[in-house]
Amino acid sequence: MISHQFPVLIVVTPLILSFFVNVVGWWDKRYCVPIVFVALSVSLFSAIGALEAVIKHGGPIHYHLGNWQPPWGIEYVIDYLNTPILVAIAFISILVLIFSQRSIEKELPESKIPQFYTLFLLNVTGLLGITVTGDAFNLYVLLEIASFSAYAIIGIGERGADFSAFRYVIFGTIGACAYLLGVGYLYIVTGSLNMADLHHLLPKLYYSRAVLVGMAFFLVGVGIKMGIFPFHTWMPDAYTYAPSTVSALLAPLFTKVGAYVMIRLLFTIFEPSFSIKLYPVAEILGWIAAAGIVFACVMALAQSDLKRMFCYLIVGEMGYILIGIASANRLGLTGAILHIINDMFMMACLFTVAGAIMYKTGDRNIYRFRYLHRKMPITLGVFVVGALSVVGVPPMCGFFSKWYLILGTIEAKKWILLGVLLASSLVNAILFFRVIENAYLEPRGEHAFAHDGGHPSISLDEVPWSMLIPMLMIAAGIILLGIFSGVIIKHIIQFAVPASF
Amino acid sequence: MLEQIVSRYNYWIYIILILIGFYGMMAKNNLLKKLIGMNIFQWALILYYVSIGAKKGGTVPILSEEAGSPFEHLKAIQCVNPLPHVLMLTAIVVGVATTGIALALLIIIYRRYGTLEEDEIIEELRR
Amino acid sequence: MISKWEDLIIETLCRFLIPFMQTYSLYVLVHGHSSPGGGFQGGCIMAACFILLVIAYDLNEAKKRFKEKINVIFCSLGVFIYAGTGWACLLLGGNFLDYGKLSLILPTDPIKARYYGMASIETGVEITVMAIMVSIFWDLVTGGKHEEALEEENARADCK
Repeated sequence: MISHQFPVLIVVTPLILSFFVNVVGWWDKRYCVPIVFVALSVSLFSAIGALEAVIKHGGPIHYHLGNWQPPWGIEYVIDYLNTPILVAIAFISILVLIFSQRSIEKELPESKIPQFYTLFLLNVTGLLGITVTGDAFNLYVLLEIASFSAYAIIGIGERGADFSAFRYVIFGTIGACAYLLGVGYLYIVTGSLNMADLHHLLPKLYYSRAVLVGMAFFLVGVGIKMGIFPFHTWMPDAYTYAPSTVSALLAPLFTKVGAYVMIRLLFTIFEPSFSIKLYPVAEILGWIAAAGIVFACVMALAQSDLKRMFCYLIVGEMGYILIGIASANRLGLTGAILHIINDMFMMACLFTVAGAIMYKTGDRNIYRFRYLHRKMPITLGVFVVGALSVVGVPPMCGFFSKWYLILGTIEAKKWILLGVLLASSLVNAILFFRVIENAYLEPRGEHAFAHDGGHPSISLDEVPWSMLIPMLMIAAGIILLGIFSGVIIKHIIQFAVPASF
Repeated sequence: MLEQIVSRYNYWIYIILILIGFYGMMAKNNLLKKLIGMNIFQWALILYYVSIGAKKGGTVPILSEEAGSPFEHLKAIQCVNPLPHVLMLTAIVVGVATTGIALALLIIIYRRYGTLEEDEIIEELRR
Repeated sequence: MISKWEDLIIETLCRFLIPFMQTYSLYVLVHGHSSPGGGFQGGCIMAACFILLVIAYDLNEAKKRFKEKINVIFCSLGVFIYAGTGWACLLLGGNFLDYGKLSLILPTDPIKARYYGMASIETGVEITVMAIMVSIFWDLVTGGKHEEALEEENARADCK
């Protein structure tokens, strides 16, 4: 009985409880975090239940809102593609919530904390809703819910945050309006807004120029939200100057949900043959991705602020997903979908580490990380796990998704994309070993003084446990995702790839 | 050529408005002018959607079963399409909310930097 | 707008107009299903009433009638009514926002219950929209510093 309602419980529980946080928090601030935790736990439980239901049922499950049949009503669809992403979003947002308790006390005035958690929960509501909906216009509404809360909580950061948030407002609105224009063009030619219905109605209309323009607008809109190469300029400023918790929440989740929308667009709304055989959409995306990865690597090498370097890394990771789509075969797409889930965990790991370093030292400059391994050994251990995963070292999860992406490009004979993939892994290694060297190794001259006692004693000064435990769980998640990636691919992702590949 | 323009005048109007809004967002230096450009962009989009639901000689899409009301024997083909109107109600609310957030951010920016010109703010940030 | 500007004609006219405006906003809300209108439009008109009060009198006068704490509660109350109707349908056994199931607690048949469900969510929308519009207006008028701006103005008025 209640299992029928899992698709909607995922979204509706955080929606109503977020305003509950607003009212209860204004009365007593200590109840904010428990209510958010309850809401996200219900979402996580429903998402896991939805995953089990989809595996047992063997196909997509449709849920009609208001009991109206689609295409007249809105429907929520859970299938093999979005249920693992839903579980990942709910899991990471709970961990970031636990991480945020101590971190946000330092960065926000106390009177704003209930409003912060309201916007936090609304953001996660929007992201979960984007993933679970099966209606194109409902996706726009939930995209705007997620974007507005993102604009607001980015704006309360450090110096430069408000200007970056304003720039993000302008950019994000262009993106959402472009998405709406795409939906409008498709609505004009088909008369329907439901994704499955569009899948049936569009193939006869592929010759029409309106559909092509609609696709172009869609790509621009989703590209801005996803943060791919020419449209990424809002990302470095917005995620760097935001409070640490906010970057830890938005950076793993928001852009990957954009990547999910791109896959839905190209393979559920439009048939795969449209993007691959009819018009060279996938190939163009591949070239954009290659340019983006090269640009991201060059810019990341130039940064000295840790979070800014990670932001350019996100642009590169989105390029990897696009390379997987551009390979247009089963291996590449498997790698792309696996990379969405893996990248959520990797970016959550890296950004929480940056938040922890900011909490303790207040300084994110890489070249001032000396002796950090004595002050914060566990934090840096988590950082090393995340770094090895981004570079692509087994048994971390990053290796397996990169492996599938590389195999996909080899099978599709796209040698330039293969070269870009391998070269960027090398540059990632340089990026991270730069940080690890600054944090772990000490200059030789100071060792000589150590037994003299002239060396200043640096004691253990680790972040509190409520911040350490989420980081350790994310690191454990990275390793477990890597070890069990075969199981995940065989049981879930294999069926998420469209059958015509 | 003239027939193309006149018969599809709603598309031409919305495209010109979107380009005006886009120009405002890109080329103007003052942040408030950028915000107004964004507003023009969004309202042009709303105008476009509503205009595609219009029909020649179409009447109000209300169904009523009372005897003697003017909407009694209404067939769907005589009505204007109501779905774009309903969708654009949501889009209008989204536009208003975006303007609200952007104005609140502009207040904070003005209080902190004392100016709303983009190049002055960037130079202030660089110091 | 913060400090008082006394003008008898404007004050009297507003005292006449505002009750009619509020009634009109409720009219627009209820007639949303058969004429242009609905929750958002009614909420904007209701917020316009309070803004007119601020323009005609001053901010202190308007705040006496609609305090900021009640504003915070109204924001959330509207969403509770909306989501609460949806949850009520969920708990009564149907899908989310399946108003037909409301006939189990309302004394009507399932088809008419859909009408009452839509009316209740439109009410929720109106309350939230009114509260948020008034809150945005207060934010802009006081330059972001709500209570401090009022104190500064009162201090300046006392000095004169």
